[in-house]
Amino acid sequence: MTLSNRSSSSRSRRDTRLVAAVATAALGSSAIFVLIVGFLLKESWPALSTIGPARFLFDPAWRPTEGLFGLAPMLSASLAASVGAVILATPLGVASAIFCRHYAPPPIGWIHRWSMALLSGVPSVVIGLWGLTAIVPLIGRFEPPGASLLAGILILTVMITPTIALMSGAALDSLPDAYGRGAVALGLSREATLAHVLLPAARGGVAAGILLAAARALGETMAIVMVSGNVVQAPLSLFDPVRMLTANIALEMAYATGSHRASLFVSGLMLTALVIALAAAAWRLSGDHCHG
Amino acid sequence: MLPTPSLRDALYGFGICIAALLVAAIFFWLLADLAWQGVGRLDWTFLTTPPRNAGRDGGLAPILVSTSLIILVAMSVAAPLGVATAIFLSEFTPAGGRLARWMSLSLDVLAGTPSIVFGLFGGAFFCVFLGLGFSILSGGLTLACMALPILIRTVESGLRSSPIEWRLGAAALDLSRATLLWHVLLPAAAPSLAAGLSLGIGRAVAETAALIFTSGYVDRMPSSLFDSGRALSVHIYDLTMNVSGGDANAYASALVLIAFLIAANSLAFWFSNRIFGRRMARA
Repeated sequence: MTLSNRSSSSRSRRDTRLVAAVATAALGSSAIFVLIVGFLLKESWPALSTIGPARFLFDPAWRPTEGLFGLAPMLSASLAASVGAVILATPLGVASAIFCRHYAPPPIGWIHRWSMALLSGVPSVVIGLWGLTAIVPLIGRFEPPGASLLAGILILTVMITPTIALMSGAALDSLPDAYGRGAVALGLSREATLAHVLLPAARGGVAAGILLAAARALGETMAIVMVSGNVVQAPLSLFDPVRMLTANIALEMAYATGSHRASLFVSGLMLTALVIALAAAAWRLSGDHCHG
Repeated sequence: MLPTPSLRDALYGFGICIAALLVAAIFFWLLADLAWQGVGRLDWTFLTTPPRNAGRDGGLAPILVSTSLIILVAMSVAAPLGVATAIFLSEFTPAGGRLARWMSLSLDVLAGTPSIVFGLFGGAFFCVFLGLGFSILSGGLTLACMALPILIRTVESGLRSSPIEWRLGAAALDLSRATLLWHVLLPAAAPSLAAGLSLGIGRAVAETAALIFTSGYVDRMPSSLFDSGRALSVHIYDLTMNVSGGDANAYASALVLIAFLIAANSLAFWFSNRIFGRRMARA
């Protein structure tokens, strides 16, 4: 064999080169996030240093060309839409996960699971297109113009329900069989088994799924731009058109310059911090963040 | 008075079934709407002619070319980098070591970063700082950053799942780490690489927000990687938001996008199964 002909010194040199190459690649890929945060900071620095972080929260309005940089209306719109979507999607998602495992006959449960996986992969721009042509006119019939906080909440619900369903399903699947069998042996009803044995045991995974779904909702951009009306105002009613933080970046980045552009990077920084805080909480809850 | 246990059981089951039915109904409403409104325009000419009249008429040809080029750039950067990183994380770092932990954390955080933030970063870094401008290259590189974490995770788990006996056997035969990787571990992890690539492509094809400020809007046929090119998802966005009367073509394009996603996924999984099956048969 050729392998055994090679001297061991050339072999160990090859190994050293391999380690050096893969270590460089690994350092490179882990540096990407640092690079991203670095660039966000660099680009937002002009705004952070001259305008100051407080004014982004407390300025009365968002008129960057006139020197008003209040992000509060958009921040509150983002939070309202995400919280609303999580409130709607949590029962739907958890119920879907339970349905697949404990109520549906196997083929139907399988189809339902498969469609959840497919739905979670539908691109946000496609959901936005559907929202704009199906949901918005429907809302507009009762309360014109239709493009509103409510449309945003409903569209986000469609997008994050699969996340919650898939994560809760995985949490239910990872429970030991003994829990279910023990509950049956105690003569508990199906409702009691689920509500008092299985769901409490899986609550870490379910909560992690909800937090990840919330992070996805906060970070979602395209679908929200398409359905929520994009007027900068604090959401006072469900039917008000609103503009989320992400949508603001997507809409104004094309023409923003100077401190306007820098303040868009500030909102990007804010968004990243929010989303990562949610994801970190999710990892802590699910307890599976111990790679290596 | 509380309802009796059997009534409560029935109500609970009823609630669960109604909720699941509602979710399924929404899913089929979405699917049926897409199929219904998109299929009318969809034919061979739609795929092979350039868009006319701002996209209201005509087809998708240059957009499909741009999309494929963006994906190709993204994957040819992400795949080698991802495989090398996965090898480092699974083979050369002590389990639970500090370096591996920090690297994993950084990748997980990258996976959770919102796509619009990737757009901001790509626009500032690739387009302006590196001077690539609005180009297919900038878009592809931005998407490579986005797809990297899922690619690494999938390949890493594939490498980790190979049995310890193979490593012991290689050590007993006095094989080098490089030989062990190249002839044993990587072939065994090929299905996970295919799966990782398909997931990465899926993520990249579905992306819009990160592409608007990196690869741009131009819907002409690109002549090089430094040209701006409009991706399929950006085309759908533009038709829906900026072109009145573009809805029919937007739906047809959305259908193409979904078909592309499903095809990429099934192909990669079929491929990975085939490799896996052949390996197992040989073993």
